Amino acid sequence: MAQRSMQMGMHTEKLSGKTQQRFFSPTEEENFLYPDGYDVDFNKRAEFDAGPLSAKEINLKLRELMSQGNGTIVMHNPGAKHGVAVGLLQRLNLHIKGSLGYFGCGLIDGPNISISGRVGWSCAENMLSGRVVIEKNAGSTFGAAIRGGDLVCKGDVGARVGIDQKGGTILIGGRAGAFCGFMMQRGRMIILGDAGKNLGDSMYDGTIYVGGKIAGLGVDAVEGEMTDLEVQFLERKLKLYGLEAPNGVKNLTKIVAGKQLWNYDNLEPTEKKIVL
Amino acid sequence: MCGIAGLIHRRKTGDVGTEMTNMLKSLKHRGPDSTGFALYGQPKGNELVLRFKVAEQDEMSKGFDIHQQVKDRRAEVDKRLKELGAKLVKVEEATQYAFRYRIDFGGDRRKLADYIEDVEGAEILSLGLGLELIKDLGDAARVSDQYHLNGFIGTHAIGHTRMATESDVDIRSAHPYWAYPFADVSVVHNGQLTNYWKGRRALEHRGHRFMSNCDSELIAVYLADKMQQGAKLEDAMKDSISELDGVFTYIVATADSLGMAKDVMAAKPMVLYESDDFIALASEEVAIRSVFPHEIDTWDPYEGEVRVWKSEARA
Repeated sequence: MAQRSMQMGMHTEKLSGKTQQRFFSPTEEENFLYPDGYDVDFNKRAEFDAGPLSAKEINLKLRELMSQGNGTIVMHNPGAKHGVAVGLLQRLNLHIKGSLGYFGCGLIDGPNISISGRVGWSCAENMLSGRVVIEKNAGSTFGAAIRGGDLVCKGDVGARVGIDQKGGTILIGGRAGAFCGFMMQRGRMIILGDAGKNLGDSMYDGTIYVGGKIAGLGVDAVEGEMTDLEVQFLERKLKLYGLEAPNGVKNLTKIVAGKQLWNYDNLEPTEKKIVL
Repeated sequence: MCGIAGLIHRRKTGDVGTEMTNMLKSLKHRGPDSTGFALYGQPKGNELVLRFKVAEQDEMSKGFDIHQQVKDRRAEVDKRLKELGAKLVKVEEATQYAFRYRIDFGGDRRKLADYIEDVEGAEILSLGLGLELIKDLGDAARVSDQYHLNGFIGTHAIGHTRMATESDVDIRSAHPYWAYPFADVSVVHNGQLTNYWKGRRALEHRGHRFMSNCDSELIAVYLADKMQQGAKLEDAMKDSISELDGVFTYIVATADSLGMAKDVMAAKPMVLYESDDFIALASEEVAIRSVFPHEIDTWDPYEGEVRVWKSEARA
């Protein structure tokens, strides 16, 4: 399995076996259970009006509804408030009818979230798993440091998308700003529109795919070659969210780390002094 | 951190005082130190609105003689206005230390500004046909209430909530900044300029004046310098993208226009709402929602972007 994922271009490092795949069940059911999680039923649905509530009250309301067993929750009128739907650590279907402000859906692990409006800065930062789909556009630092799951924006996004990305897939239907994929470590970023300058600057690993024009590559970001398995993976991924590459998946530009800046074999200055 | 906001009615006037107050209340968390407004009312012929102060807010509680000093300074300002031939049409005391005059003056505005600011403690906050610049310590609700800004009818406005990072917490370091000596030009800024001192030295050598050590003032003076050399506002703003160094998003307003510019890294936020009748922009969407409490289509301008909008409602 590790070999297949490497062939697909999902990672380049040689897995030594000390990974999550050792400790969790392959069907991933156990991955989404926390000791204090709620037992929810996806067929049990609740709706509420977030308009009069503060962000803290909204988040507490979500937990209250989950504690009652509601596995599908519809939130109306979030009013672009900040820090909404954060810290959701379990499976949940959450439909947000409206727009969020900054840090929406941050630090989540497991829920499926749909947002009918737009989001501000740093949506789904540090997401561990789950799915977040935004119908309109997103601000800067979209998907900062995500570790897993799918984060999808069907419109345009701002600058510094996926900064410090550690896994997962970020999918952008429109254009993206400057410094996307800055210091990327793992995972996939798919930008179907144009990408701003300094794309993939200082990326350690991971892969960026771009359907439109690239204003400029960042330091140590280079073009790579697509594999057939990657094409298949990307086609399936885009289809899941109703998106299409403008000139076909095969014509996406693939950007990877050149690894000329890697210095893991270099000794620290103190070590050098001892050795010398 | 700082929060900035701007709005412009394209075809009519509106209660920009209340609208901007609500926008800045929503941005209070971005800057508790001071709040500033630049409101553009309808001009009355060629009468100028002069907003000035003769002391800082915190000076008023220091020393036994400060109240008399403030009276003396104001009397000196009145005397100098008369000397230059300015006729006082309407005089209002906004606070103990800040005043609003409507004056009839057809002379050299720069000379008038320099002469007034020569009075100890005096600073002209704004001078223009429609521009009224109000800034003070405290949050938006407090400043708006103190200066009676609700109900101010105009075409456009910009505002700022300040979190002081590069200079002191006082009125002279608060935004907006008037682009002295250009009537009706004001600027608010979110960010930090790293070539402030270099830029300031160059502009001071060209004869410009700075009233504070706040880096944001550089933007106002820079634009004033460019326009003095004949550049149009939009061109001056485009030049600023490459000539100013640092992280910045700023909003500038003139007699009939509103503009915004973002640095090449888009490091500071701006959300924009645009319709045929109304433009609103702010550091956060919650500020725009204070004017439109329903779902609207907004977006973030991109790095290096400059936009300018005009109001057709100017009398």
